[in-house]
This record gives sequence, structure tokens and C-alpha cells, in this order.
Amino acid sequence: MFSGRDLRSDFPVLHQQVNGKPLVYLDNAATAQKPRPVIDALIHFYERDNSNVHRGLHALSMRATQAYEGARTRVARFVNAADPAEIIFTRGTTESINLVARGLGGRLQAGDVILTTEMEHHSNLVPWQQLARATGATLRYVPVLGNDAEGGLDLAALDTLLTPQVKVFAFTHISNTLGTINPAAHLCARARAVGAVTVIDAAQSIGHGPFDVRDLGADFVAFSGHKMCGPTGIGVLYGRRSLLDALAPDETGGGMVVSVDYAGARWKPSPERFEAGTPNVADAIALGAACDYLDQVGRDAIARHDQALGKLAFEKLSALPGIRVLGPRGERSGLVSFAFADVHAHDVVTFADEDGIALRGGHHCNQPLMRKLGLASTTRASFYLYNTEEEIDQLVTSLRRILKFFGAGM
Amino acid sequence: MSADLTELYQQVILDHNKRPRNRGKLPTATRVAHGDNPTCGDQCSVYLRLDGDRIAEITFDGSGCAISQAAASLMTTQVKGRTAAEVQGLYDEFHRIVTTGEAPEEISDLAAFAGVHAFPARIKCATLGWHATLNALKGDAAPATTETHLD
Repeated sequence: MFSGRDLRSDFPVLHQQVNGKPLVYLDNAATAQKPRPVIDALIHFYERDNSNVHRGLHALSMRATQAYEGARTRVARFVNAADPAEIIFTRGTTESINLVARGLGGRLQAGDVILTTEMEHHSNLVPWQQLARATGATLRYVPVLGNDAEGGLDLAALDTLLTPQVKVFAFTHISNTLGTINPAAHLCARARAVGAVTVIDAAQSIGHGPFDVRDLGADFVAFSGHKMCGPTGIGVLYGRRSLLDALAPDETGGGMVVSVDYAGARWKPSPERFEAGTPNVADAIALGAACDYLDQVGRDAIARHDQALGKLAFEKLSALPGIRVLGPRGERSGLVSFAFADVHAHDVVTFADEDGIALRGGHHCNQPLMRKLGLASTTRASFYLYNTEEEIDQLVTSLRRILKFFGAGM
Repeated sequence: MSADLTELYQQVILDHNKRPRNRGKLPTATRVAHGDNPTCGDQCSVYLRLDGDRIAEITFDGSGCAISQAAASLMTTQVKGRTAAEVQGLYDEFHRIVTTGEAPEEISDLAAFAGVHAFPARIKCATLGWHATLNALKGDAAPATTETHLD
């Protein structure tokens, strides 16, 4: 097991003062900071290997192609995919989910059901709403349990919701608002039993612990590089090979065709079929470096570290007056959302920033869930491998100061 | 506390946040408009009754940060009895204050919001209620959203 403090020297951005105080970065669910090896991978590529990939016969192009395809193989190993061709590089989770949703469009019709959950980020909700609208399929939701007490999915409801009419079951692995860890393997197995295709939004889980697509039994998995210490602008769609080969391409153009004549074109197989145009070579390579970094630290250890911080923060924050801490009390991910009765999230975030603490306030792209919880916005603290218990104490001290200033809950 | 933060959370603002004026629905309203800030989920509805071309009564409700709630509350106290053109003039003045930090020429509670200019992300909070009111005066039923306004 590592200590968060030991890893901080790997992250240049952490060594700065914000408003005269050492930066306490607790906005990792929005984006994670980048370790030196990831930054170096970007610099190395642009200083030494920059060139366009595929079809290139000169030295730089061959190096770039090798590094780019090497990154694909690296990511495949990171999620234990059976074949690198099951890894499609995208811009991020949102593009990955849109790619599946639009690709499945031809297979859905009126009477079919798309199942998702009440806790989805807008990125795993709006594309399915659009698909339902376009195909006449019905969108249904697995309820979130309790008011906010439990924060888990109502698994008993699956008995009635998972019918043979369900063609797609899309759900988040970890809720970005509640911190709930959903039983992904169980959900995939239940979906498979009725012949539904599963789509996992792994944005919040991929960099925070072990992830094995075959253990989970997932059909599609979407995630972003930037939440797992990689660069922004690169993400992944994993798809089981047989499903990808049957999926319609979303964008068409160069690089994804076998042959073109004036009458039409034939598609390449995955992954090229889904990567029209010049791909994001540099960021894909740096994502590979992020995989190396996380594996080196140890993903089991990262999971233990992040979840321990989440649990500690949940306990310490729950002791503050007038606070409502969302999500499960027991096992939870390394993020905690909370709301004060008398102080709005944006005022909290502004005050915490004064203490050098980076938080996020708002609806977290989770408007329907917030409405269900009867909240307009919450403040969220989210942890990663370089965070420490001391930072949670600093957060609590800062929050007490805020409550005092607003004369709230005292 | 830094000077910027003290300036942002002035006593006038804290007071309006804690004891908002003219808060609630207005049963006799002749105009209603709603404002949304999609970035943070802040909402503000404005209800007003016109007497001729002047605002006879105005209330607001909704939810949001201290800045947005206080700005909406203060706004209701400033626009009562005014015409649409006068409200537009006041808004222009208010907008100048929150974007430049310069105090108004005349002594006014609006000056309490000068500190907002140091926090550009909060300008939308301060102007949400004003946008809703301007829309209500125009008879514009479409919800005001901060995203379609330049500030």
C-alpha cells in the first residue's frame, strides 16, 4: 500500500499555492491531475515522433503508428480485453456512449425497451433519450433506493424491468453524484439472461481500481482518459468483437474504408471502422503511459486508498451541523456529495477556493436525480491516489469556517 | 478572509440572502418569467403586476447561491414603481457594476455587488433575477437562460 503523500511528487501541478495556500485538489471526479510520465509521453511524441499514423512509410510515421497501436494494446491489457481491436479511441466517455447509441439505432424499433438507471450522468442519459425518440423504443429507469439514505439501485425492480423487450441496458459503474458502486457483474449477468446488450459508463471507476471487461461480462464499456491521469480529448469505447463488427459506423471518411468507388464504400473492421480521420495520436499514447503509471502504483491499492478516503470523508462530513451527505453509508467510492441546509454549494465552493481547496458545486450533470433528491445543487469532494487524510481535515476546517461566516447551523 | 471575498460577501448581500425581500409567489401577477442558470442549476422566477406601464408589485422565488438570491431580492426593491425603460437603465447600471467593479455615480445598494467583478463565474448568479424581470416586462414567456446572454 502506498501513501498519497508519497505520490505527490509525481504530479507537478500539485506543487503550487492557490490564494496563498497549498493546493488541495479535491475535484478528481471532474478530472484527475497528470503524473510526470504522462506529461513526458506527450512531450516525447511531439518532440521526437510526431507524424500521421497508418499508411505512412517513413520512419516517423512508422514510429507514430507503432506507438499509437501500442497504446491500443496497452489499454486492451488495462481492461483485460480479448483483442486490441475491441478498443476504439474516442474523445471521451460522451463520444463513446453516443457512438454505441447511434450504432445500435438500426436494431431498435417501437416496442423495444432501453433500460437505464435514475442515477446516470447526462452523458449516459441524453443519448438514450435521443435513441428512444428516433426509434420509437421506450426508455425505462431502474429506481435509486431510498430518499438519499441508501443511494443504491433497486435491484428487486430488475425482476419486472428486465423483460425480453429490453434490448439495451446502460448503467454507470460508479455514480458521480452519490458515490455508489453498482454491482456491474451482476447487472451484466441479469441483462444477458434476457438478451440485452450492456453498456457500462466506467468514467468514474476505470482509474480507481481493477477493471476486467471479461470478469464483468460487459458488452460495451465507455470511459475517458482524463479521469484516469491521462490527457483530455482521449477516451475509449470497449466493445465485444462480435458486437462491434455488427455495429454501424458513426462517422465516415478516410481511414475507415477498405475501398471506395463512386458508387459507395466498404467499411474496415473494428477499430478502424470507428476511427475516421486522423486520430488523436499523442493523447492515445499518453493514455497508454497513464495505464502504465496506474498499474505501477497498483490498482487494488488505489481502490483501497480512494475508498478509504471516501469513507473517512463521509464520516467526518456527516458530523457537521445542518449537512446532508448523499449516497451509501457503507461501501462507497472515493467521492462524497453534500448539501448544507443554509449555505448554497456555490458559496461553499467559492469559500473553499479561498483556502486553496478545489471542490465542485452544482448538479453534476445529474439534473433528474437531483430533482428526485429534492436538491438544486450539491458540493462534491472527490479523491484520488495523491490525496491524503490531512486534506480531508483541511476540508472540514474550511467548511466549519464557511458555516460560521454564514451563521448557519451553529 | 481575503479582501476580494469580503468585498464579494458584503453585509448587504448577506442580509438579503438571509432575509430575502418580496420572496414568494404573487397571486395577482400579470406577468411571470423564469430564469435558469444551467451551469449551476440556479433558478429564479419573477412575478409582477403592472399598473399601466409601471411595476406595481414584484416578487421572486427559486433557489441559488447567496449572490443570486441576494441580487434577486435587492432587485425587487429597486424596480418597484419603475417602467420597463427605467428597469433596463437600472440593469445596465447594475451590469456595469458587476462587470467592472466601479461604484455607481449615485449612492445605491446596487454598489454592494461591485465585488462580483473579481469572480467572473459569479456574474451570471448576480444577473439571473434581472434577466427574468426584463423578460417578464417584455412579455417574453420563454425562460431566461444565462447561457443565451452575453454575460
